[in-house]
Amino acid sequence: MNVMDNRATSAMLYLDGVHVSFDGFHAINNLSLTLEPGEMRAIIGPNGAGKTTMMDIITGKTKPDEGTVLFDGVTDLTRLDETRIAELGIGRKFQKPTVFESQTVQDNLLLALNVDHSVKGTLFWRGSKAESERIDKVLETIRLTDARNRLAGSLSHGQKQWLEIGMLLAQDPKLLLVDEPVAGMTDVETHLTAELLKEINKTHTVMVVEHDMTFVRELGVKVTCLHEGTVLAEGTIDQVSSNERVIEVYLGR
Amino acid sequence: MTPHMLTRSLDRGATIFLAVVAACGILIPLSNLLLPAGSFLQVPTYLVALWGKYVCYAILALAIDLIWGYCGILSLGHGAFFALGGYAMGMYLMRQIGTRGVYGNPILPDFMVFLNYSKLPWYWYGFDMFWFAALMVLVVPGLLAFCFGWLAFRSRVTGVYLSIITQAMTYALLLAFFRNDFGFGGNNGLTDFKDILGFNVQAEGTRAALFALSCLALIAGFLICRAIVSSKLGKVLIAVRDAESRTRFLGYRVESYKLFVFTVSACMAGVAGALYVPQVGIINPSEFAPGNSIEAVIWVAVGGRGTLVGAALGAVVVNYAKTFFTSGVLAPYWLFMLGALFILVTLLLPKGIVGTFNAWWAQSKEKRNAATMASAAAEDGVTEPKMAE
Repeated sequence: MNVMDNRATSAMLYLDGVHVSFDGFHAINNLSLTLEPGEMRAIIGPNGAGKTTMMDIITGKTKPDEGTVLFDGVTDLTRLDETRIAELGIGRKFQKPTVFESQTVQDNLLLALNVDHSVKGTLFWRGSKAESERIDKVLETIRLTDARNRLAGSLSHGQKQWLEIGMLLAQDPKLLLVDEPVAGMTDVETHLTAELLKEINKTHTVMVVEHDMTFVRELGVKVTCLHEGTVLAEGTIDQVSSNERVIEVYLGR
Repeated sequence: MTPHMLTRSLDRGATIFLAVVAACGILIPLSNLLLPAGSFLQVPTYLVALWGKYVCYAILALAIDLIWGYCGILSLGHGAFFALGGYAMGMYLMRQIGTRGVYGNPILPDFMVFLNYSKLPWYWYGFDMFWFAALMVLVVPGLLAFCFGWLAFRSRVTGVYLSIITQAMTYALLLAFFRNDFGFGGNNGLTDFKDILGFNVQAEGTRAALFALSCLALIAGFLICRAIVSSKLGKVLIAVRDAESRTRFLGYRVESYKLFVFTVSACMAGVAGALYVPQVGIINPSEFAPGNSIEAVIWVAVGGRGTLVGAALGAVVVNYAKTFFTSGVLAPYWLFMLGALFILVTLLLPKGIVGTFNAWWAQSKEKRNAATMASAAAEDGVTEPKMAE
């Protein structure tokens, strides 16, 4: 018998008929979405479309009122808390860059490494060569090698965004949720970030929420447009951006 | 460069701190015992007892700094753990009195005879043995902190809400210990101690030994706290303090970390209380007063939270001021002065004494480094043409 038989779906992430309401406001309304392993997906949509709430549901911050959320075909994410979901291999970059400002860049990455996260494990932790090599590699990828001993709080906005992406890399999750990675970045930084995400996508499944259409176009991946908590359109960037409804509610004429 | 230098200057601070505490722990008892009474360098016994009290407060301050300064848990009920450790020691001291009490009952302490207890309550069993009492000094505060923390942290009670329920906890214990039928001497508490491990608690030698032991406990507590905060666990604690939910999304079980430091901290507070009681000669419910816990938090704020050394220093400085001012004409105004001190420190020295000093030290060092580098560069400029020749 094949182990795969237990899987309800081959998808890395599977959302079906998800509803969430806050005080009567339907933030997520019958949302269904599938992400295949190794895929990169861009999520667009106007403010209040439910993009961040969707990420909250996937990472366990918000519990849906109804619906199915399956990770890797077997795990029901609606029953687990943030820590457990992170341990399973879902990493998240927040909309507002959230790094540990009073600690060094290096220590931020050290904290993110997917090693023993138990109290005992960290109390008696001794650094290993493999760990420092991984940190060196991530530092190189996010171009912060020279800033490794600087406090994260002293970094520029763009560098913080990258550090947070670097923390995701150190965490090495199966699925990366990236919320507005290029907000507040210069054109050059935006371009470099697109390159970085494409590189990451070679080995990871990625979901990117972004408003910057140039950036989304540069990623060159399947796009899902959310509106009022449900999927409005899905397809290539050209298909989605020529969709009448998408133009009406999001892109504008 | 800055963070590295910060740790280095902190290391120096730690060394100085340990040296000072060790020197006090050795020299003060020796001077008290060996030099003739009344001579210039002799430390009188009343001062040994008073300073011993400060050292116990310093241990309590360290315990608070570990959770507040590094993990952002503002406990306004740490006095409760201190008092519980004190009561555990007090119970041992009570049982040592034996037939020397007013009523001469070999088993029951005086207050129980007075309140017509027919036999010793079960929870007093074992306290005639020092090792058991010493164990309870750690276990009782630790267990209470563990249960309290388990409930609070798992339900994600944080910030001001947590502070309020810790106040409620210490207040509830205050009311309970005030009751005569609770079995801990009610209003009067436990007092009239005779001896500890066979030594008279009033004797100069015992007092000097207790002072030295308190200094030793302060050193041990400091080393434990330092080991915790400089491990990777310490980095996780700071991460929790600065961005709790981010830490969760990295896969850390935040509540376990909080529970760990909260329990360690409560045990330390218990030890402080246990050393305090034989030196002051009494433990009563007023030690549970919510105000005491708040005062302890002020010591940490004044000294500098998140510095360990600062917490201990703050405890000594504020308590010295308290002794100084409450013995003069300013006595009725002490609480106002304490309140004003807290406000002033929060506004003008938000990092506290040690935190401000550390920041200043790091900055001036950086400047000096920059200056030497600039002059070195200038010299290079002079020598380089010569080299070219």
